[in-house]
Amino acid sequence: MVIRSGKFKANAREALADPQLQRAMSNVGVGFVQKRRMAMDKLPEFDALRDQARDIKNHTFQYLDLYYEEYEKKVREAGGHVHFAPTDGDARDIILDICRNAGAHSVTKGKSMIAEEIAINDHLEENGIKPIETDLGEYIIQLRGEAPSHIIAPAIHLNKDQVEASFREAHTGLDENRNLDEPESLVAEARSMLREAFLNADVGITGANFLIAETGTSVIVTNEGNGDLTQSLPRVHIVITSLEKMVPTLEDATAILRVLARTATGQEMAVYNTFSTGPRREGDPDGPEEYHVVVLDNGRSSMIGTEFQDMLRCIRCGACMNHCPVYQSVGGHAYGWVYPGPMGSVLSPSLIGVDKAGHLPNASTFCGRCEAVCPMRIPLPKMMRHWREREFERHLSPFSVRSGLGFWKFFATRPRLYNFTAAVAMPVLAALAGAKGYLKALPLATGWTHYRNLPAPEGRTFQQQWRDHLAGVDE
Amino acid sequence: MTIEDERREQVLGTVRRSLGNMKSDKARRAIVRGRLENHPKGEIPARAQVNHFKQVDLFVEMAGAVDASVDRVKTKADILDAVTEFLRSRNLPQSLIHGDDAYFADLPWGKHKTLEHRRGPAAAKDLVSLAKAHSGVAETGTLMMASGADNPVTLNFLPDVSIVVLETKDITGDYETAWDRLREKFGEREMPRTLNMVTGPSRTADIEQTLLLGAHGPRSVHIIIVGR
Ligand code: SF4
Repeated sequence: MVIRSGKFKANAREALADPQLQRAMSNVGVGFVQKRRMAMDKLPEFDALRDQARDIKNHTFQYLDLYYEEYEKKVREAGGHVHFAPTDGDARDIILDICRNAGAHSVTKGKSMIAEEIAINDHLEENGIKPIETDLGEYIIQLRGEAPSHIIAPAIHLNKDQVEASFREAHTGLDENRNLDEPESLVAEARSMLREAFLNADVGITGANFLIAETGTSVIVTNEGNGDLTQSLPRVHIVITSLEKMVPTLEDATAILRVLARTATGQEMAVYNTFSTGPRREGDPDGPEEYHVVVLDNGRSSMIGTEFQDMLRCIRCGACMNHCPVYQSVGGHAYGWVYPGPMGSVLSPSLIGVDKAGHLPNASTFCGRCEAVCPMRIPLPKMMRHWREREFERHLSPFSVRSGLGFWKFFATRPRLYNFTAAVAMPVLAALAGAKGYLKALPLATGWTHYRNLPAPEGRTFQQQWRDHLAGVDE
Repeated sequence: MTIEDERREQVLGTVRRSLGNMKSDKARRAIVRGRLENHPKGEIPARAQVNHFKQVDLFVEMAGAVDASVDRVKTKADILDAVTEFLRSRNLPQSLIHGDDAYFADLPWGKHKTLEHRRGPAAAKDLVSLAKAHSGVAETGTLMMASGADNPVTLNFLPDVSIVVLETKDITGDYETAWDRLREKFGEREMPRTLNMVTGPSRTADIEQTLLLGAHGPRSVHIIIVGR
């Protein structure tokens, strides 16, 4: 996937002017948000479960090397293979090797964001192997040659009539006059088209929401059942996942599952939580004969012990983007790479570099809703601020932003001068604003005043009022 | 060192360096082993911490809420009556596929001559499957299905209609108790090849967030609960 994160501003402007996209995005704020609220209200323990989910992940990272040793041992005992991939390129090589050894012509795929991260589809195709997406949303965007715009609802940027048009174009050989007005008929058509693909595939690739050290198990969470057909029917099952997915025990996995679906879709539990351990056993009449787990690092191991470690707790529920006013208005494609919304703004710079994705942390109003809804209690706004600081230090901001902030920093780090200047400046700004009481433009802050007016200061500075407050002179 | 070993060392080596000043490996290992062996239980929702009769009722309620249909029969001898009646009510052919589970072997098939049944994994043409659940979890109306020759995994996904038999004695309040039951059967730190937690029939909301049943898996899940 071509990285277009550096063009966030231009992408966003385009998105805002796209009526089809705006119509589709109007579903996000209502659907997901309400459903989450209702699920929350049904479970009084929810906040305690969030604390627990956070603690499980924090504990696991502290012992991650050892949990991997235990995990590998159990996978091997069960007859499976674990492959570590330091980079996305390594992961592509490993997967292509396994497919070649299996003599694969066609590969079915369950939904996996890691597969998007390593752009495995393009790589397989370039090497003569046909990848077929089987999650309905992924299938639709594959037909359209698009990237997912949401981590759990990849086709959320589309309307029904666009899906219908894509199906009519791709599914030639069906009755041209068939009725595809209802979403039901679209789902039924995709179901029947994909049945054959499931049965003919040589390799099935799925993601994993969890790896379990206790038993050497990988877990997928789905609603459609496509992931299960993908991993049960072909001769080879490849799991592509990433380093941070480890949890110690079955209890730990279900503890986190208690918060995952509720926050993601408002379901109490996803329809299918599938725990896979090794290839088929002696006497098993079905299931894959080979089982491979590819664990992608791609920069994650270096996040441990830094101010970005908390981001590794992310379970890809999508709640932060569902509740984000910026995401709701511009959709996922504007973010220009695999991970959109607040979680993407924090994660993408770690994975592809601050030079390519350093603008993303600016795509925030700092309203704090993402952190408020995150089931893993990830301090997203704080980490976006860390990235902004880094981007600033690397002098990657446009000159005017830097000089404005530098100017402010000069004063902010000299409290006496700051207080003095602010006290002098306030009456000046008030005078400039005149009777209207607000300023239409502020030097060095036009990006801000372009969209809103700055209320002119009235009376004394905050510092002055705070001093009085501390002295007990409350007015 | 093979290239696979080098990659492994690169990843786990960076993890260890990032962790920085660590306690001795021995102390860390003891903590990890302890957690894996004791698999401590955490916060469990109060919802299902009720007596067993109420847990069974809660299971029925929760399974219904996720669009599974539920039937209750007194004894094992009643299962096939319930199955044929269900197929008739849905206008489905009297034909199904099931696994080698000994539990099914001594059902009174002879009394239901019109009911065709095949044994083995599911194939594309199979419309209806019959499988036995290892556990049912009341908290969310979730079935736990363990794969094997007795209950092949494809039975849960290929056919349009999935009929699942669940004994009341196998119903637990929470997932934690179900994991303990699974360990009793398969052993500590062991799992069947596939363990499916199934909560209702397959669904999707990928088109304009409209929820529709029957995406790729079964369009309906019918649970027959056996016993009081
Ligand atoms: S950051 Fe939190 S809310 Fe966002 S996807 Fe990850 S877990 Fe969900």
